[in-house]
Order: sequence, then C-alpha cells, then structure tokens
Amino acid sequence: MKTADEVVKSNPWNGFREGNWQKEIDVRDFIIKNFTLYEGNEDFLADATEATKALWDQVMDLTKEERERGGVYDLDTKIVSTITSHGAGYLDENKEKIVGVQTDVPFKRSLQPFGGIRMASVSAESYGYKLDEEVEKIFTDYRKTHNQGVFDAYTPEIRDARRAGIVTGLPDAYGRGRIIGDYRRVALYGTDKLIEEKKADLSLIGGNGVMSDDVIRDREEHMEQIRALQELKQLGDIYGFDLSRPAENAQEAFQWLYLGYLAAIKEQNGAAMSLGRVSTFLDIYIERDLENGVLTEEEAQELVDHFVMKLRLVKFARTPEYNDLFSGDPTWVTESLAGIAEDGRPLVTKSSYRFLHTLDNLGPAPEPNLTVLWSEKLPENYKKYCANMSIKSSSIQYENDDLMRSYYGDDYGIACCVSAMRIGKQMQFFGARVNLAKALLYSINGGVDEKSKAQVAPSYAPITSEYLDYDEVMEKYDTILEWLAGTYVNALNIIHYMHDKYSYERIEMALHDREVFRTMACGIAGLSVVADSLSAIKYADVRVIRDEDGIAVDYEVEGDFPKYGNNDDRVDEIASDLVKTFMNKVKQHKTYRDSVHTQSLLTITSNVVYGKKTGNTPDGRRAGEPFAPGANPLHGRDQNGSLASLSSVAKMPYEYAQDGISNTFSIVPKALGKSEEERKKNLAAMLDGYVKKEGHHLNVNVFDRETLMDAMEHPEEYPQLTIRVSGYAVNFVKLTREQQIDVINRTFHESL
Amino acid sequence: MKGRIHSIETMGTVDGPGLRYIIFTQGCLLRCQFCHNPDTWKMTGGKEMSVEELVEDIKSYQPFFESSGGGVTVSGGEPLIQADFLLELFTELKKLGIHTCIDSSGGCFSRAPRFMETLDKLMDVTDLILYDLKQIDAEKHKELTGVSNDHILDMARYLDEKGIPIWVRHVLIPGGSDDDVLLQRLSDFIATLSNVERIDVLPYHKLGVYKWENLGLKYPLEGVEPPTQERVENAEAILNREKTIPIS
Repeated sequence: MKTADEVVKSNPWNGFREGNWQKEIDVRDFIIKNFTLYEGNEDFLADATEATKALWDQVMDLTKEERERGGVYDLDTKIVSTITSHGAGYLDENKEKIVGVQTDVPFKRSLQPFGGIRMASVSAESYGYKLDEEVEKIFTDYRKTHNQGVFDAYTPEIRDARRAGIVTGLPDAYGRGRIIGDYRRVALYGTDKLIEEKKADLSLIGGNGVMSDDVIRDREEHMEQIRALQELKQLGDIYGFDLSRPAENAQEAFQWLYLGYLAAIKEQNGAAMSLGRVSTFLDIYIERDLENGVLTEEEAQELVDHFVMKLRLVKFARTPEYNDLFSGDPTWVTESLAGIAEDGRPLVTKSSYRFLHTLDNLGPAPEPNLTVLWSEKLPENYKKYCANMSIKSSSIQYENDDLMRSYYGDDYGIACCVSAMRIGKQMQFFGARVNLAKALLYSINGGVDEKSKAQVAPSYAPITSEYLDYDEVMEKYDTILEWLAGTYVNALNIIHYMHDKYSYERIEMALHDREVFRTMACGIAGLSVVADSLSAIKYADVRVIRDEDGIAVDYEVEGDFPKYGNNDDRVDEIASDLVKTFMNKVKQHKTYRDSVHTQSLLTITSNVVYGKKTGNTPDGRRAGEPFAPGANPLHGRDQNGSLASLSSVAKMPYEYAQDGISNTFSIVPKALGKSEEERKKNLAAMLDGYVKKEGHHLNVNVFDRETLMDAMEHPEEYPQLTIRVSGYAVNFVKLTREQQIDVINRTFHESL
Repeated sequence: MKGRIHSIETMGTVDGPGLRYIIFTQGCLLRCQFCHNPDTWKMTGGKEMSVEELVEDIKSYQPFFESSGGGVTVSGGEPLIQADFLLELFTELKKLGIHTCIDSSGGCFSRAPRFMETLDKLMDVTDLILYDLKQIDAEKHKELTGVSNDHILDMARYLDEKGIPIWVRHVLIPGGSDDDVLLQRLSDFIATLSNVERIDVLPYHKLGVYKWENLGLKYPLEGVEPPTQERVENAEAILNREKTIPIS
C-alpha cells in the first residue's frame, strides 16, 4: 500500500479534474467537476470502529456528568475566547482521527464577552460560576460590547415593544449567528492562498479614492479578515497541522475544514453556527484516497464519525432566558445533504449516506442538524434510506431543493433551521420575529397591551363594538402592522450596525467572497393563531369581553369557523395573505447595509414563550397557551389527517417568506404503513408530494406519544432520545418541562 | 349528487396501495361485534357532501397519489349502500386518472336487477376492492355480524366473474374468527377465487371501544384481548396456503 504522501507528492490537487476552481476561489466548480454520484443502496456502509465506540462512550459519560452538574460541565471564567486563546484539547489523542475542542478541555464552555458582558456574566452565575473580576472590568469599563452599543441606540418605543413581547428574541444581547463561513475553502486552498486573495481584494476597495463610511468599514473588515486567517493558521500550529497549504488527503481535508469551523465557534457564540454543505465536498477527497488504496471504507466512516462527534460537542454558555426561547442547548450546526446540481445530477455521494449513518454508529442526536435537501429527482435508494433513518431516529429535517435551487443555485446551505444562503457568497442579518397574534390584540385595543395595560403602540382608536366586524378589524390590524414593521426594522438596523462594529465575524467573513449578498431576515410568529382568529371573526360571531378599564380581555366565539390546517382555502388564504401583507410592509423600510428584506415563518421553541406573553385570542385560544410552532396549524385543530395539514402549510408563499417556512410533523409509526418497507416508501412519497406542492420545510418525527411521556418521567433512560422541534432537533430530556408538555400536546397523526 | 359522509382522512396508509384519501361513508347494515366505527352504522346523520365538493378537495392531493401510487378509498360504514353516489364520484375521479378503491363487506349485496345495474357500472370505474371475509361459517357469521354470509360470499364470486381485483381482509378475533379449521375452510373458499391479489390478516384491536361507550352501547367483546403475534402469523400462513389444517 502506498502512503498518502506518495500519492499526492508535491501537488495536493493531484487526481482532481481541472477547472476554474484552480484559478480563483470557486468551491462549487471544484465539486461539480469532481463529485462521484452514488445511486446504490446503503449496504456498503461500515460499522463504528472500536476507537469510535470508545470515544463515544467517553462522550456519553461526559454528557451524564454534565447533566448531573446541572447542565454545564465546566465553564471558562477567565480566558476570553479567541481563535488562538487556548492550547490543544483532546478526548483521547491516540484514538481521535479529527481533533480540536473549543477550549482546552472537551465540554468546557468558552467565555465570549464581545456580544455582551452581561450575558456572559449572567450565564456564568446561573450555573454557579463567577466571572473573573478583571475580565468583567475590562468589558464594562474599557471595551464596549455589542449589547451596550445596541441599548445606547435603542429608542424608548423599541424598548417598550421589546418589553411587551411583541418583538422578541432579538439578537441584541447575544451573538447573532446564522452566518456560514465556507469552511471548505480552508481544505481546498489552505490559508496562504486565502490570505493572498483577501489582500488582492483589499487593494480593490476604495480604489476610486472616495473614503466614504462604507469604504472605510469595508477596508477595516478586510484587514480583520486577513488577521483572522493568520490566526487560523496559528490554530493549526497549536494542533500540529500546517493549514497554510491545501489538504493532501481525506483526513487532512476533514481536519482543515473542521479547524476553520472551530475558529468560528471559538470566536462567536452566535445563536446558530451552521456548517454549510460539506459532505459531498469531503467525499471527493475520500473517493480519491479510496481509489489510491490509502483508505478503507471503515476508515472513511471513522473520519465521518469522528468529525460528526466533534460537531456534537459544540457548546456555548447561555442564560436561562435564552434557554426559554431556544430550548435544549441548540447550536444549529446545520449540515445540508444531497440536493440536485444545476445540470440535473443528484449531488448524492456515498458520504451523503455516511453522514446519516452516524445516527446508527453514534446513535441519534440533535447535532449536527442534519438537513436533507429533498427533490423528487433524488435517487430512490437514497430517498428510502433517508426515510428509514427518520423513522429510526427522528433526527432529520427536509427542505425543498426544487424550490430553493431556483433562488440560490446548487451550492447553498441552510443556516440555523430554514434559512437558505449561497455558501461563501451570501449572509443574513438574523432578525428573530414579531408576535402577530399580540399585534391583532393591539388593533382591537388601540395599541394598549392586553396584559400590562401599557400603551405600547401609538394610541389608535380601539374597537368598541360588542361583536367584532371583520372589515373593521382588518383595517385597524393593517395600521398596527404598519407601525410594527417600522419599529421592528429600526431595531434590527441598530442591532446589526452594532454587531458589525463590536462583534464582527472575522473568520466567517474571511471565508466569504469580497462582495456579499446580505438579507435582513425578519420573522413572524403566531400565524395560525391570527389566521384562525380572523376566520372566527369572519365566519362565526365573536363577542368581546372587556374588563373594567374597557380593555378587551376575552372573546366568546358563537358558531363554527374554518380552521387553518384542514386544507380549507377560506382560512388558508387568510394566512397566506397575512404573510404577503407583512412582508410588503417590512419592505418599505430602509435596511442597514442595504440588505434585502426577507422573512421566516419560524419560531424555534419560542412559540411557548410567545404564547405565555399573549392574552386570550379571538380563535378561542386561552391566554398563556403556546402558539403553534412555525407555520404549523394550532395543536389539535388539523382534523382531516396529515395530508390536509401539510397541504395547508404548503400554501404559504415562499416568495414572500424566503427565509423559510417551518413545519413540524409528528406521526406514529403504524400510521405510516403496516410493514417497514411500506413505511419507508410512504414517508418518502409523502415528502415527494409535499415538495411537489411547494412546501418548504418539514421536520419529521416518528414515534408514539407514550414514548415521550415515559421519557418525561424517566429521563435517565433516554439520554439520546432526539426529537425535531421547529427547525432543529433537541434531546427531549433537555427541554424544560413546559416545553415537553407542549411537544406532547401537539398533533400526532395517528389515523388507522 | 350528494353522499352521506361520516368523515375524511387524508392520509390513509393501510386501506389500499400508497397514500390514500379515505372517505368514510355513513350507514351500515352489519352490526359486527368488533366494529371500530360503530358511529358509522346509523343510516342517517353524517355530513352531506356533493361529488363536486369532494372532487375539488381530492384533486389537491394528486401530487401525493402520484408519488406514492395511491388514490381514493371509500370505506365506511358500508359504501355500497350509496352505490349511485359512488358511481358518480368514481366516474369523475377516473376522468382525473385517480386510482379508486372500495372497502366493503358486501353486506348489502344482492343480485336484484336494479342494484346490479348500478354495481356493474360502478365496477367499470373501480380499480380495487378491499373485501372483508369475516367468517366462513354461516351460523357463526350471523353471531358475529348479525347477518348470514350467503350474499357476502356471493359477492366475492361476482367480483371474481367481473375480474375486479380484491384484497381479502380477515379480522382476527380470538374466540370469534380464529379457529384453525374455520380458517382452513375460509382459505379453501378464497382459493376458488382467481381475482385475489393479497390477503391481509387484521388483528382485532380495541381502539374503537370508546366509541361504543360514547354511543351508549354495550361492547359485546368485553374482555377479549387482541390476538398474539403467533396467532396472527398462523392465520396468515393458513390463508396464504403456506400451512394446511386437516378438515375432518
């Protein structure tokens, strides 16, 4: 057998097909020219090696210990995390094929104060740690943070809206995330080449001699990017790798790419730190090594397993408030698999299987957030394999590649849950979401909050009639939404201005092109509550119950009305119109850095918190009860079976919600069919049908309600029980009890 | 024309091939002791729905039918009680190229000319029948369902004559329809038919018991437990002629 060194000799690109990728940074071109389509079945896959099993046992032990220590294993209170802040850390250096952890010890969470010293300090304290006094002093007295910048600029109106919970979850106290560095570039080109290109870019910025704000910022950012790449090279040195040159074999490709990603998470604790679309890229290196006889299938799977194991170790220090919003310690290390190339070939390789196979070799887990870019044109074998893994693990989400490809081409990835972006060419300003259900109540109460009784929105005339009139409500709702959109975009502009200024994502942006397409990713929550409320007002009689101050606090619905989730156009159109209306209102406001407005129908687990902050609604939902997640129908209201429910959600217009439309679907195994074979076939067919109907995203959970009830009572017996919530997966046992109950109460499709 | 519809389930996976739109019709002549939909017995009630209304709704699920090889199944209740309605519905569905299936127990079958005229036409637009053969012994059939099985077996022969494919379904109830000898006799009868594509043994379950209680009815199979996996496999083997029981 030849050694890897002999194979690659002096040229690390030996054996690859030539293309534009050699002349400029063009990873897509490299993939399209070199990937090997695989249409066979899963029989080739290899089991976990002894080393993999031993390492995973170690991780499970640490996980147990972490749970016993109250959710945090250890937390750095002194060393501010940067790309090069810590020495090397290992699980077991002799067994690990891919190395590198965020601090110097696995499971030890890093200290990241640039987003906000308060968040860092509160999260430490909530787990019984105390930040080093000097660090606290530096970031309080000398070095301003993102969080402080934002609050310096917030208007009283924005603060009120934020306090009332009509605008919530804003990344104003934590890292915004949702930026995907093209980590593949590190492996393909090495840092020297990347630095050289960035220097060339820098020389092009401001060439016409006009030193405007934009140009100054751009120049400064590029210098920061160059510096970050130099530090990335040093990170390689810390672990004993020379990242300055391209990777020469599969193991190096995995390692180089991972260290690029590790640099990002060492420096940013963004809400979602997604990985991109790496499996087909990495497969090219595996194929070359297999061909050259320097790698076996066992070894290839071991690289994937060890890489994925590292991705499962990503952790950040969060505050309890943050956990209420985004429960279960998520990091959204989203990896997008499969999809179809623009030339019609499926981008399915053996590694598209190997990545999903980690759910067998290491067991189910929420991270990485495995996302299959689904198309009718995917090979039937792969479709069935995905369906099978979903049935076994409930750990996979699906997104409509046929829909997204027309917007983003064939080298996009998903950030967080449902946000598509061209890798290395596009980023977003993450904007959380507004509460449209509360906004509806504001339109009835003239801008007064139904819970606090404070005047949050401007003082418009309230509705005074006993019964709600559809046209009157719609007119007033329109005015409130107009106000809300403006306030919201203003807040986001401030947040992202400050984030760029005080907590710029140097290494992630260093792995982007010079000119980046930016979106302002707004979002809405409460879609189904509003749709059903408006439907009740239109098709039934809704009587208002007011308190002694004349504030509408409850509603009595007389008669029946169509409910969202039953494929009934009468109400589904109300929902889709609402999506369009709010998008159009957002679009009227100027955005920071001229980013392009988008929005998502996604709540993550914040549907519980939003519900808690919102009073009784005209659809009969009681105050405090959770909203449905994302674009889902409200629990129990979809009564015509799964396909009716899916069809309603599929009507939501992606054109007006290009940041994604999340749908979470739970079904009991036997409702998918009698035999295992039928279940796989039916689930794949269901996904095909959903994609054809232009549904965007689907989380698929396959289990019985009883399993969850049992896990709630005996968490210790279900350490790896994974479920899909809104756009991501969580360890069920890590959810708060409130959220566990919310998940159990959701619609389980179980017709027989 | 309007039909009397009990309810609709848009994702059926066990009543015919692929993903299926299931229409449960209202009304049945049988009174099976194990029925899990006793709320569909009454000939009145349910919701009146027109063919146009249903077709309009069904159309939107065509992508799912296409990807799965699915279609529409009319179940019940006893769908054939509303044969005229089915004829009109299926005629429209066939125009759209949608696979049609009826889940029937043949309870209302007769060779009366008026019924046969409609049924003949209906069979021209029906792709598959899921046909319940609950019990081969006439006496025991009456005990179990309230009616004899002469006309039910006759309908099976009729479907055979017409060449309409059927999936035979046999609900396996311990003590009621799980006798080896009777299973063998049922198997022998099925073997005389040439239109049988598949034989399913459906283990008796108790998921419908609450409906009896809601209707104020006494559940006749109180205390009967679902069959063991072993008995299910035994019945499957006999009905699929992988195993033979001597009939003395």
